[in-house]
Amino acid sequence: MDDRVIIRFNHVTKQYDNDLPVLDDVSFEMERGKFYTLLGPSGCGKTTILRLIAGFIEPTKGDIYFHGKRMNNVPANKRQVNTVFQDYALFPHLNVFENVAFGLRIKKIGKEDIERKVKEALRFVNLEGYEQRAIHEMSGGQRQRVAIARAIVNEPDVLLLDEPLSALDLKLRTEMQYELRELQRRLGITFIFVTHDQEEALAMSDEIFVLNKGKIEQRGTPKDIYDEPVNRFVADFIGESNIITGTMIDDFVVEFANQQFACIDRGFAKNERVDIVIRPEDLELTTVERGKLRVRVDSVLFRGVHYELCCYDTYGNEWLVHSTKKADIGEEIGLHFEPEAIHVMKRSGGE
Amino acid sequence: MRRYAYAIPYWLWIGLFVVAPIILIIYYSFFDIEGHFSLVNYETFFTPVYLRMTVNSFWYAFLITACSLLIAYPTAYLLTKTKHKQLWLLLIILPTWVNLLLKAYAFLGLFGTYGAVNALFEAIGIGTKQLLFTDFSFVFVSVYIFIPFMILPIFNALEKLNPSLIDAARDLGASEWTTFRRVIFPLTLDGVKAGCQAVFIPSLSLFMLTRLIAGNRVITLGTAVEQHFLVTQNWGMGATIAVFLMIAMASIMALTGNKKWGVRQ
Repeated sequence: MDDRVIIRFNHVTKQYDNDLPVLDDVSFEMERGKFYTLLGPSGCGKTTILRLIAGFIEPTKGDIYFHGKRMNNVPANKRQVNTVFQDYALFPHLNVFENVAFGLRIKKIGKEDIERKVKEALRFVNLEGYEQRAIHEMSGGQRQRVAIARAIVNEPDVLLLDEPLSALDLKLRTEMQYELRELQRRLGITFIFVTHDQEEALAMSDEIFVLNKGKIEQRGTPKDIYDEPVNRFVADFIGESNIITGTMIDDFVVEFANQQFACIDRGFAKNERVDIVIRPEDLELTTVERGKLRVRVDSVLFRGVHYELCCYDTYGNEWLVHSTKKADIGEEIGLHFEPEAIHVMKRSGGE
Repeated sequence: MRRYAYAIPYWLWIGLFVVAPIILIIYYSFFDIEGHFSLVNYETFFTPVYLRMTVNSFWYAFLITACSLLIAYPTAYLLTKTKHKQLWLLLIILPTWVNLLLKAYAFLGLFGTYGAVNALFEAIGIGTKQLLFTDFSFVFVSVYIFIPFMILPIFNALEKLNPSLIDAARDLGASEWTTFRRVIFPLTLDGVKAGCQAVFIPSLSLFMLTRLIAGNRVITLGTAVEQHFLVTQNWGMGATIAVFLMIAMASIMALTGNKKWGVRQ
């Protein structure tokens, strides 16, 4: 087997009592040194995967391998994995130093080594000089860093991050996104990051797993997932998009809104019903004559970097447009787009 | 003005039933048995008889608290893990609704020479034992009576404990025992302290059980107070002992006072 593979799930199912499975026959591999993101709405099973890797729960069916060794029954404290928890789970009765030193003390490491490693970890997360602070004296962002330091000081092979940025305000969140990505590069270990925020996922990951209802809908690079969503769910979840149904007339020709358009997709059956995705930023505002589509503006929102126009064509399809140009409500406009902007997806299942 | 009016019943209550009795007790403690003002009671308290009684009281209160804690902590811990914890908790609280005296009499019946326990001993061949009027039965019954007051605060502290802290400890390599020792116990210490207060302080002044169950073989400060007020009619001496009991209780409260870790996340 490929020795870059660090974690392997083999037909893993997790089910509580007789409820629907939280995780339904999932198989995947993860390589060392990459930044993975598990993305999906709440209840999709992303945190379950994380807890299975951490060892807090055991799979109902299937096997989990680390470095090719089966780990199903290895308890959490014997795994080379550390977690940054959603609520940070810092020990309130210990100060920053003791929180970070917790794992090292359990390993019975010498006093000087602990001192040195804790200092190093705190420097890594830019928290030098905070050793003696109590946890409740730290701000949300600082606690976040303490939690990361506490995890990385143990030099794990894999760092699990369970929505660690969700409690931070927008500005801090963006900052931490950069920092986490940077941290992962410097440490060179595998990060598995759980989030429901697609922007976060796109910005940080080497690879994204999009999950829904206990199954992996799609895995791929952020660009793959954004540009080539395999189905309606992924397209809808990743970014805002216009999803309408259409018909694949032939290779490179698709019909929707009662018109035929050139596209770059092929390999569908003739006259197969398909879902079409066009991203709002790929639609360009133009005059009615020059537009490929003719729509009426229904509402306009100013979003700062662009206007968000909600338009309807004559067939009742809704078209969301992101444009730096402004249009008036009720105005008839044309929409232009390139053939590459059209993403054709099978109506159910994979592409 | 209205707000002050609402507070009147409260202050009235505190004044009549808390402040006034304390002042009265302190006042009485300065009178000898003939009703003359003197410090003789305080001198008497520091004689070996009363000092031994004090040590005795503390020793038994300590025993009762320690036994309660040893039983209550695991019980509370298991309770938080059970499915119908509220029901189990109710069952544990239930006996506290029964009058103390009734429970004491129930044990008289159970532990008596011809009681259920001795009948069992007979049956399994141990033979009849003297159970009543021993130190053991005194501590046993006291623990039985006080244990709900120990379980409750510990149970509450365990319930409040953020479960992801336990995950975090395990994640960082701690075994179950280390997790308990380094995370669960320190974080439920407030509950343990509250429970110890709720058991230790009333145990210091237990008096009815000392006579009913221990047959006056255990003489604590509580017994002495009762004897002075009801038998020897030396109210001054009784009040003096009460003063020392109050001092002891206040210092225990101060010593085990809650040190807060600030806002929990």
